[in-house]
Amino acid sequence: MSELLTACASFGLFLPLTTYQLARVINKKTGRELCNPLLFSTVCCCAVLLLTGTDYEVFYENGGSILEFFLTPATICLAIPLYKQFNLLKKQAGAVAAGCAAGVLAHMLGCVLMLRLFQMEPAEYISLLPKSITTAIGKGLSEELGGYPAITMATIMLTGLFGAVAAPGLLKLFGVKEPLSQGLAIGTSSHAAGTSRAVELGEIQGAASSLAIVVTGLLTVLAAPVFAHLAG
Amino acid sequence: MKYLHQALIISAVTFAAEIVKYLLPLPVPASIYGLLLLFVLLKTGAVRLSQIEDAGNLLLELMPLLLVPASVSFLTVLDTIQVMLLPVLIMGLIGTIAVMYITGQVSQRLIRRGGKERSHE
Repeated sequence: MSELLTACASFGLFLPLTTYQLARVINKKTGRELCNPLLFSTVCCCAVLLLTGTDYEVFYENGGSILEFFLTPATICLAIPLYKQFNLLKKQAGAVAAGCAAGVLAHMLGCVLMLRLFQMEPAEYISLLPKSITTAIGKGLSEELGGYPAITMATIMLTGLFGAVAAPGLLKLFGVKEPLSQGLAIGTSSHAAGTSRAVELGEIQGAASSLAIVVTGLLTVLAAPVFAHLAG
Repeated sequence: MKYLHQALIISAVTFAAEIVKYLLPLPVPASIYGLLLLFVLLKTGAVRLSQIEDAGNLLLELMPLLLVPASVSFLTVLDTIQVMLLPVLIMGLIGTIAVMYITGQVSQRLIRRGGKERSHE
């Protein structure tokens, strides 16, 4: 089975597309958000790879990389909602700055709590510090401060996937109803992956989440070295 | 052919962002440079919204799908996180929930307080 999939150059494209669409059809038919397309598709792809004993590299080479390629231009296009909602964001600059700063601080304090609770090694603790930001910045920051980049990347991925799947339900639960706050909460907690979901909630949410990626990235780069010292 | 022209502009911005990333020795992804660059181009009027909006919105709509391969690559790091599985899970799940709650509440309170003050004026 693994040999067959290796021979099919489109399997890594076909599988995500079908399973993603299948989830959307299920949601449409039932009229409810029963299965999140991103999560459903991810789980199906992982299951197929594990069950057939196929390497992730085969999946990536045979089509998966095509989807991933478009991630950079798609993230760049987050400038569109940002541009359209810029006046609103400018008017609420205080809320944007305070919201992002509070989120970054809460995350850093959470890491300190982990450090004390699990008596982690400094490198392990440092690996957790950049987990709310976009992978490239997070990985670089982790390397620079002496963490394990692989662990940082894994945590960033888990964070993003979880944020993208659970954000709308959690925000409802927390009574966060202002569209701007919804966007900020998603972008600050779960970077571009979460933002993909914020865009679905609305244009203001998408714009605020995009801005939060940039602001949170910057704040984390500034705050992480300070908090990294606490490990020593 | 409107999509071809729009794709051309978006790929030009992407290309420029990749050049910036190559030139600057910072751990910042090309996508962030590109986001800022496209924003400046739109703000200065060098690129009009109508020149990129259709293709751009298509990409934005597809974004969760584009994240599937990256999410599947989680399979490749399962071994590395086993050494500290519990902290990673706690920070990835509970930590994310906490940040979402705090950022959401702090900003919402500030927005609503600002709204009230304005309505008293």
